[in-house]
Amino acid sequence: MNASPYNFAYLDEQTKRMIRRAILKAIAIPGYQVPFASREMPMPYGWGTGGVQVTAAILGPEDVLKVIDQGADDTTNAVSIRAFFAKTANVRVTTSTAEATVIQTRHRIPEMALTSRQVLVYQVPIPEPLRFLEPRETETRTMHALAEYGLMHVKLYEDIARYGHIATSYDYPVEVAGRYVMDPSPIPKFDNPKMDNCDALQLFGAGREKRIYAIPPHTRVVSLDFDDHPFERNKFDHPCALCGASESYLDEVVTDDKGGRMFVCSDTDFCEGRRAEGHRGHLLGDEPAAREAAE
Amino acid sequence: MSAEPNITPLLVATGLSKSYGRRMACEDVSLSIREGEVLAIVGESGSGKSTLLNLLAGRLDADSGQVHYRMRDGVTRDMGTLTEAERRVLMRTDWGFVHQDAAQGLRMNVSAGGNIGERLMAIGNRHYGDIRATAAHWLTRVEINADRIDDKPTAYSGGMRQRLQIARNLVTAPRLVFMDEPTGGLDVSVQARLLDLIRGLAADLGLAVILVTHDLAVARLLSHRIMVMKGGHVIETGLTDRVLDDPQAAYTQLLVSSVLAA
Amino acid sequence: MSYLPNQIMLSVEDLAKGFTLHLHGGAVLPVVSGVSFNVYAGECVVLGGPSGAGKSSILKMLYGNYLAASGEIRVRHGAGMVDVVGAEPHAVLDIRRRTMGYVSQFLRVIPRVPAIDIVAEPAMAAGHTREAARDRAARLLTHLNLPERLWHLPPATFSGGEQQRVNIARGFAGDHAILILDEPTASLDATNRAAVIDLMARRKQGGAAFVGIFHDEDVRTQVADRIIDVTNFAASQAA
Repeated sequence: MNASPYNFAYLDEQTKRMIRRAILKAIAIPGYQVPFASREMPMPYGWGTGGVQVTAAILGPEDVLKVIDQGADDTTNAVSIRAFFAKTANVRVTTSTAEATVIQTRHRIPEMALTSRQVLVYQVPIPEPLRFLEPRETETRTMHALAEYGLMHVKLYEDIARYGHIATSYDYPVEVAGRYVMDPSPIPKFDNPKMDNCDALQLFGAGREKRIYAIPPHTRVVSLDFDDHPFERNKFDHPCALCGASESYLDEVVTDDKGGRMFVCSDTDFCEGRRAEGHRGHLLGDEPAAREAAE
Repeated sequence: MSAEPNITPLLVATGLSKSYGRRMACEDVSLSIREGEVLAIVGESGSGKSTLLNLLAGRLDADSGQVHYRMRDGVTRDMGTLTEAERRVLMRTDWGFVHQDAAQGLRMNVSAGGNIGERLMAIGNRHYGDIRATAAHWLTRVEINADRIDDKPTAYSGGMRQRLQIARNLVTAPRLVFMDEPTGGLDVSVQARLLDLIRGLAADLGLAVILVTHDLAVARLLSHRIMVMKGGHVIETGLTDRVLDDPQAAYTQLLVSSVLAA
Repeated sequence: MSYLPNQIMLSVEDLAKGFTLHLHGGAVLPVVSGVSFNVYAGECVVLGGPSGAGKSSILKMLYGNYLAASGEIRVRHGAGMVDVVGAEPHAVLDIRRRTMGYVSQFLRVIPRVPAIDIVAEPAMAAGHTREAARDRAARLLTHLNLPERLWHLPPATFSGGEQQRVNIARGFAGDHAILILDEPTASLDATNRAAVIDLMARRKQGGAAFVGIFHDEDVRTQVADRIIDVTNFAASQAA
């Protein structure tokens, strides 16, 4: 049935079982970094080897896979990984968030709310949130074991002392299920609230560091902060130049070499969907309301 | 009149021994210390004084012997039976440890305010303004201008680093502070200032201090009691001025006579 | 605290001291033996005898600074009598804090601490507030004619006489019922010697007991109620 010369989804069955055991343990202990025997993958570290292994271990023939990189479906990394699984697992691939059952992501969470039939797989470069201030792995493990997380606030304190506000804008640490402090991978802190009480299962894979961790569906995820400096999402001054969305995360795109720029949705599928519904940003002409009135 | 001092010892060590291979670094050492008391452990390099300090502070496991400590709730506990979590909480609340090398006792890439605030955040303080105000207060208390609060220790002089290290330890009002050659490696004039500061803080806050030093002048200035060590053994112990002015043991006499008037 | 005039404040019984010089082949240097005397509230006992007779060593033993080889030094401390010989360091420190003060020949300078705080320290140790202790220190320094401009400076740069007046003020600043004086007036001029004698007289009226060494004939006759000749306790005689 499978014409591919590869085993289904590239990894051998024993490896997938090993990874699934790590995933089950990670789901059982939300936010806890479970070690696993990360394999060599046919791509370099930093290109999503952890996420790819998690995806390979959970993918079934009926799944529909979407891969995004910085919110976009059409960047090299996303295209390569999508092609990799299309070839090795022969699964259906998509760029539509709504259609996908498994979404592998680097640096973003889709704008559209995820559902209980979806799994979000994050590519994680550095899984240890405490490393910034405590380089000793033995010490950070003890700190996790004893829930000694004062150091995480030292990092935020330093931000406020230096910039007047919490300047950490991605990799923003969260507390999961009231216990473990976790690095959500380099997603913008704009996306942090989407992790809280999410319908979908969220899995995190760090290939180089051989760690898997998870947020089960409907888990409380709290971004760390101070009483007098509460957590705030990034805010944007403009709506999306293409679709006019004012509630999405925007990328700055340089349009020419004379300082021209525009702000557009980083989630390309979301942006396209809105445009298909008739929403228009200022670069694409009239607001839909104005156009309707003209018709 | 002041209240009668609490005469129940704060910390009691009995029969502490530690060897590295066949070399006894510390053999059968017992001592006790009360609140408000400064005990100096003196000796030359290799005398076992630093090993003893680390055994007392729970930074090293003893081969044999016990350390008992009267916790803040008044209950005296055998340190060996504390869980790792309890021990670490104790170390960052009711105890302090001042290292000779400030880089070991400070986070060198974190601002002074963050260094002082860390213990507060560790015990759950979540108000930035309060943490910062407390840090500024303690900076002033150790004679560092509060406008240096956002500088990193790398921008501080050696003497300031030691004072910052002390502030970082004292912010949770510990009752017992361990000090390992706190003035070692500092210029004489800087030493004098630091010694005077330690002396004043210990007296004002009623701290118990266990101080390791090879400098008898430091011991005389700071300590009430002194313990002379050599080869892992306690050679002589008693009131600091008695031991230095009328040493009984041959080794103590040698030690006292081999330094300029302490 | 006040004491009855005939109350024993300090009782020395068969005290002996020698030095074992381990660095010199363990040679034993006998100093004194058979030292016995009492000191009563409100009197000043002066130890007499030539240099080297062991006067200073006896004072240092009383204060716990030297270790007695044998004998007893019983001090009225709190409600009872406490033997300094063989007392725990804590007990000796408590005696020093509350009962027995010591004025040495020289001030041991503490870096950076202003003169007034050096003087106030024993009063604070005895439990007085910082303000009360400073008030007392100011009165003592005024009495001993130390110019006010020096009070807030550390005494390291003071002259010998100025340092010694700080030292004496410090010695008198506590609430001690027993004061040990080791030639406190040696480096003072006539005016300040008189000021010290006056201080002692006032404290004696309050019931304080003094044990001291005064080489100056004139001062000695003015302060001494009794003179004990230390040559009677020469160790070689007893040996």
